[in-house]
Amino acid sequence: MSETEDTLGNAGYTGTRVEQSTREIAEMANQTYKYGWSTDIEAETFEPGLNEDVIARISARKEEPSWLLDWRIKAYRQWLTMAEPGWANVHYPKIDYQQQRYYSAPKREKKKLTSLDEVDKELLETFEKLGIPLDEQKRLTGVAVDAVFDSVSVATTHKEILKKKGVIFSSFSEAVLECPDLIKKYLGSVVPIGDNFFAALNSAVFSDGSFCYIPKGVKCPMDLSTYFRINAAETGQFERTLIVGDVGSYVNYLEGCTAPMRDENQLHAAVVELVALDNATINYSTVQNWYAGDKEGKGGIYNFVTKRGKCEGANSRISWTQVETGSAITWKYPSCLLMGDNSVGEFYSVAVSNNYQQADTGTKMVHMGRNTKSTIISKTISAGHGNNSYRGQVMVMPKAANARNYTQCDSLLIGDQCGAHTFPYIEVRNNTSSVEHEASTSKISESQLFYCKQRGIGPEDAISMVVNGFCKEVFDHLPMEFAVEATKLLNVSLEGSVG
Amino acid sequence: MSDSKNTANEKASFLSDLDQLRTVHPAWVKSIQTSYAAKFAELELPNRRMEEWRFTNVSPILRTSFRTAISPGAPATEETVAPFRYGNAAWAELVFVDGFFAASLSRIPSGLIACNLAEALEKHTDRVEPLLAKQVNGTANAFNALNTAFLQDGAFVHVTADAVVPAPIHLLYVNSGRSTDSASHPRNLLILDRGAKATVVESHVSADMGARYFTNAVTEIVIGENAALHAYKLINDSNEAYHLASTHVRLERGASINSFAISQTGKIIRNEIKTLLDGEGAHSSLKGLYMTRGEQLVDNPIAIEHAKPHCTSWIGYKGVLDDKSHAVFSGKVYVHRVAQKTDSNQLNQNMLLSDKATIDTKPLLEIFADDVKCTHGATVGRPPEELVFYFRTRGMSEAMALGMLTYGFADEVVNQIGVDEVRERLEKFVFDTYSPIPG
Repeated sequence: MSETEDTLGNAGYTGTRVEQSTREIAEMANQTYKYGWSTDIEAETFEPGLNEDVIARISARKEEPSWLLDWRIKAYRQWLTMAEPGWANVHYPKIDYQQQRYYSAPKREKKKLTSLDEVDKELLETFEKLGIPLDEQKRLTGVAVDAVFDSVSVATTHKEILKKKGVIFSSFSEAVLECPDLIKKYLGSVVPIGDNFFAALNSAVFSDGSFCYIPKGVKCPMDLSTYFRINAAETGQFERTLIVGDVGSYVNYLEGCTAPMRDENQLHAAVVELVALDNATINYSTVQNWYAGDKEGKGGIYNFVTKRGKCEGANSRISWTQVETGSAITWKYPSCLLMGDNSVGEFYSVAVSNNYQQADTGTKMVHMGRNTKSTIISKTISAGHGNNSYRGQVMVMPKAANARNYTQCDSLLIGDQCGAHTFPYIEVRNNTSSVEHEASTSKISESQLFYCKQRGIGPEDAISMVVNGFCKEVFDHLPMEFAVEATKLLNVSLEGSVG
Repeated sequence: MSDSKNTANEKASFLSDLDQLRTVHPAWVKSIQTSYAAKFAELELPNRRMEEWRFTNVSPILRTSFRTAISPGAPATEETVAPFRYGNAAWAELVFVDGFFAASLSRIPSGLIACNLAEALEKHTDRVEPLLAKQVNGTANAFNALNTAFLQDGAFVHVTADAVVPAPIHLLYVNSGRSTDSASHPRNLLILDRGAKATVVESHVSADMGARYFTNAVTEIVIGENAALHAYKLINDSNEAYHLASTHVRLERGASINSFAISQTGKIIRNEIKTLLDGEGAHSSLKGLYMTRGEQLVDNPIAIEHAKPHCTSWIGYKGVLDDKSHAVFSGKVYVHRVAQKTDSNQLNQNMLLSDKATIDTKPLLEIFADDVKCTHGATVGRPPEELVFYFRTRGMSEAMALGMLTYGFADEVVNQIGVDEVRERLEKFVFDTYSPIPG
């Protein structure tokens, strides 16, 4: 970072544009992924391959009740009949699903952990290094964290405080054992097992994830956070998150992710389900920083994620905020089903693709209830050989009287080898609704740069300012720590790609 | 399995009259026809599983056994055609009845190279052969292939270098209503050499508003350096008619096209326009208005390909949807890597007048160059309540307020039309349709 800041602070004449870009490309080449190391930890890993037996073993390892195993098997059988979707604007070699490992967990004793002291020291150090405070002493951060390492949740912090309020926040496996009724009721209620190819795969093999339940009328006393880390090689990570906001509840949920640098591509297929009942609000923020591959496009995570929220109750609200800077391929459409009257869905997104990254991301807003409102703000930035697509769908069903949607998607192009694409679908079945969509694609204008230069702001700084200004509308919706992190991440992701 | 069997039957029924046709033309035309007949047999018929036809259900067309007439029927009378003329003697007028050129009803001023395609295939081979079917080459649209397989008649217009055609050229396609379930495959070729200027008005009408027929038109347009074409297309088919059309435009350096596509009547209308900006500084402006009622389906797929730098494009389509009608709009702007300094704007606005009307709009951008300005926008809604209120405070009924607002909305497209006769006739149509002002 210090090197970056040095260049940023270096105002004034920095050579011709060609010289600058040559130098910046060299800098970019030296740019490394901060989280690219891996932890040498003893892990129990399944051999590659997927069949009903593997699923049964995953289920057995997690001591799951039989209904869940049945559910998984059903999903697996459905998955076998499905084809990998080919409509997204991303290109990658065919994935051999039999070459993936579907379970990897840090080895641990059979007995249940009661405090953090019992967690493997190596693991704690790993999260320490990532800057994730697992230590309960660090109350200052005021965020409860559930950390997921490869396939299993390693620790959940601040459980006691949450418990007092009745908030359930635990790893998915624990929740299955501790509150099976809730899981049974809501698992697959938003993303059915056969929803799509990757969701079906996830339903069959999901290993762990977070579960969160906010009881009636409770405003969650602190932000909840999940931190995902892929460590083992050749391992797919399939986590499952389920958040239920009961009547009148409120929660902020944050999600972060990193992975080591490896030459081969790793698969990540997660499912996130949100359920908001009457008057409930769920804010879900993601800073996605999986390993994106090197500058030649080698390696990186294939991120195929299904995220969907259901505004089931009246006046409920679900807000997705995402900053997508990592992954070789991102395939992700956090969506809202606006079923309750007066419910609100929001989607704020910044997606960056540099080098050979490909992102196909967007949202789907399905208006079913009356007076439902949705807002979509999408900012995509393409640099290097990156390709970025916004794909969105706004549907207004016949009963959604007075539905209202506003969509804005802007693309910024940096460099002449990248691409920006916009695929909005607007389908309106109700004439009392009002839908607006606007989009623009442009590069950073010379006049903006010139204006900054006049005022003594160097090109790097100016670009950083323009890009941050471009994304501000989205960053404003992130919790403060995340916003700071996102701003930094953006600078790092785009570092050197501007000329 | 039954699906593919149906498809095979449908295809066979479309091609059933082809054999008789092929004997008529010179060898090079025959070879085009044969290869596209093969292509048609190969291509999948449009269905909802195909992205481009996702919202447009053409199965009513496929289900009906349309017969293609391979020779003109008895000549139509002037009375049949007269109401559709614009009544200006200065205009060139090429009249086609049920897909065939009617020389006796047409008027071609001296000095203008315009004739029917059948004649051009023989007389203007040097210009036609290098261009014919070149724009549809590589199409995945089975109906374009079908049209090419049946290629026999349509309009041919060639404006030579620096020539300015003083008055509009009217291409009038009349369905006589004399035969039911007939299909025609009009094929047009318009060539503007460098610096040429022309205005073409294409209208599709029917003498019998209850007749069921199928028009499957393909138009190829090549606009040379600095040449300019104003193109108007008015679809006024019968209420039971199916109209599928594709217009493929190629623009060379500095060339421009100004197009208006107006869909008025017809059961299913799909009016596709594809322009290729193939020279620096070329400009494409495509405007349209669709006014749907009853159970109409109107689809306007637009594709603009920016293949060279410094080109500008504008797409502006408006729709007014009433009753149970369904409209589809898709605008695709594709900017190639080399097409720097592209400036492209796209706007699709829709007004829904009834709670059963539905709209699917899809404004796409695919951009591979960085120094570009591209925008697109889409809106769907009703006339704003504040505006209605404004009218009400001035003592007008709600119906009247809505009528005037709708008229104003549609007229924004109509009043940009540069040909007085066309504009006036359309303005009347829009006014009569939407404005409830008594008397």
